[in-house]
Amino acid sequence: MASNTAEAMAQMSLVVEFSGGLEMLFSDIRRHALTLPAKDKDGSPSTIAYLIHHLCEHVMKDTRRELFVLDGHLRPGILVLINDADWELEGEEEYELKSGDNILFVSTLHGG
Amino acid sequence: MPPITCVRCQANKAVVKRPKNHHKLCRDCFIAVFEDEVHHTIVSSKLFYPGEKVAIGASGGKDSTVLASVLKTLNERHNYKLDLVLLSIDEGIKGYRDDSLETVKRNALQYDMPLKIVGYDELYGWTMDQVVETIGKKGNCTYCGVFRRQALDRGAKTLEIKHVVTGHNADDVAETVLMNLLRGDLPRLSRSTSIVTGGSLNDVKRSKPLKYAYEKEIVLYAHHKKLDYFSTECIYSPEAFRGTARSLIKNLEKVRPSAILDIVRSGEDMARLTPDKGQGACACDEGEGMGGCGSADAKSSGNDLAQMEASLKKQPAVNGLETEITSNGAPEVIDSDDVVKLPVRQRRTKESGPVQLQTLGKCVKCGYMSSQAMCQACTLLEGLNKNRPEISIEG
Repeated sequence: MASNTAEAMAQMSLVVEFSGGLEMLFSDIRRHALTLPAKDKDGSPSTIAYLIHHLCEHVMKDTRRELFVLDGHLRPGILVLINDADWELEGEEEYELKSGDNILFVSTLHGG
Repeated sequence: MPPITCVRCQANKAVVKRPKNHHKLCRDCFIAVFEDEVHHTIVSSKLFYPGEKVAIGASGGKDSTVLASVLKTLNERHNYKLDLVLLSIDEGIKGYRDDSLETVKRNALQYDMPLKIVGYDELYGWTMDQVVETIGKKGNCTYCGVFRRQALDRGAKTLEIKHVVTGHNADDVAETVLMNLLRGDLPRLSRSTSIVTGGSLNDVKRSKPLKYAYEKEIVLYAHHKKLDYFSTECIYSPEAFRGTARSLIKNLEKVRPSAILDIVRSGEDMARLTPDKGQGACACDEGEGMGGCGSADAKSSGNDLAQMEASLKKQPAVNGLETEITSNGAPEVIDSDDVVKLPVRQRRTKESGPVQLQTLGKCVKCGYMSSQAMCQACTLLEGLNKNRPEISIEG
């Protein structure tokens, strides 16, 4: 029981970055150092989907949530790089986060 | 998931999945392939000639920054012998252009290119901030777009440059194709798909070397090459219609990534079916302009339609382009007698009055190329100067 609790409480640290205009939704801060539980409430490893939910609930101060998430998923047109690799190569929302990961969200929706 | 190996070099870890063909590439191979493809576009479309002076329409955003970086690289690698200059427009929007112009100034140093900044205030006597103060936010994109088009050409002329390249990418072109399709504006659709516009009638030629490059790859190229670019949305909010087309494109890309290039190709194919392709093409197709803010106003499309109808009347047999698929599978050229053809557009066709074919002349006020006595910019300016901003551009 005690070990279960300890495991449930285990935390990991991540660096989450925003660019391409997305930083506007996150208090104009490009780089956020976050601590996240290693497992979600069901005991499964935390994924990118969990991170996106966490960002919406706890990090985003802006009310225009639909500029980041649409229909429960990341808005099309936003790229994600997991440790510099396209998230499409890493399983997208299913990717299981590891401590020390760098996750970059880049919008392609802004003017060029 | 185990790391995926690059399909090209078979050595390094793949970090990019290409939308057009799902190829998985490492950083270096991705950069090489991206540059090779732009080179291929430039060579196969014969965009430049050796010694040509070329102005890069630079907004400080991702597209024009990538364009400047790639052109510099290719110019040196393939010895194009181009004389490249950065040309920026200052619309006079505080808090929007101020920061992006700082980026362009850094780019000029990074790429060792001369930079020319042309301001709306010096060209027109009005900054966009002042325009918005007068007319409000609604409809201001029309002013900005009309002014920007001329500003790039005029800026190029002051530098004695006859070729302006812009950072329009495949997503932008697909978006414009869709918008023109949704508006039923075939003439503009035709022009928006061509890689080069202007030139013969206009003194300044425009081209889009990144026309076949996905926006996703442009952003990834900028990221992996650590390019210095600036991103923000115009504070005066872009048109809703373009935004809708843009979301549609991004949703399609999510389901079927090749859709973007497929729309571009469909646009090119449809363009080939329009009569008098290329003729009468004026520079007024560049509605999307720089900076993602649009302006292609539907109001002026009546002109194009009338012009197209006129040329359709002049040239009744476009039948060579039309084939009918019959039940036995053999395509036949339609005989104009036994097939009832759907009219292209009935709206403006009157039984009697022949359609006026517009002719390109020069604006009586500023001398800029125009199909009306006075060009759009001067018409808008006259309204502004009289403080009677509700004037519209008549088709």
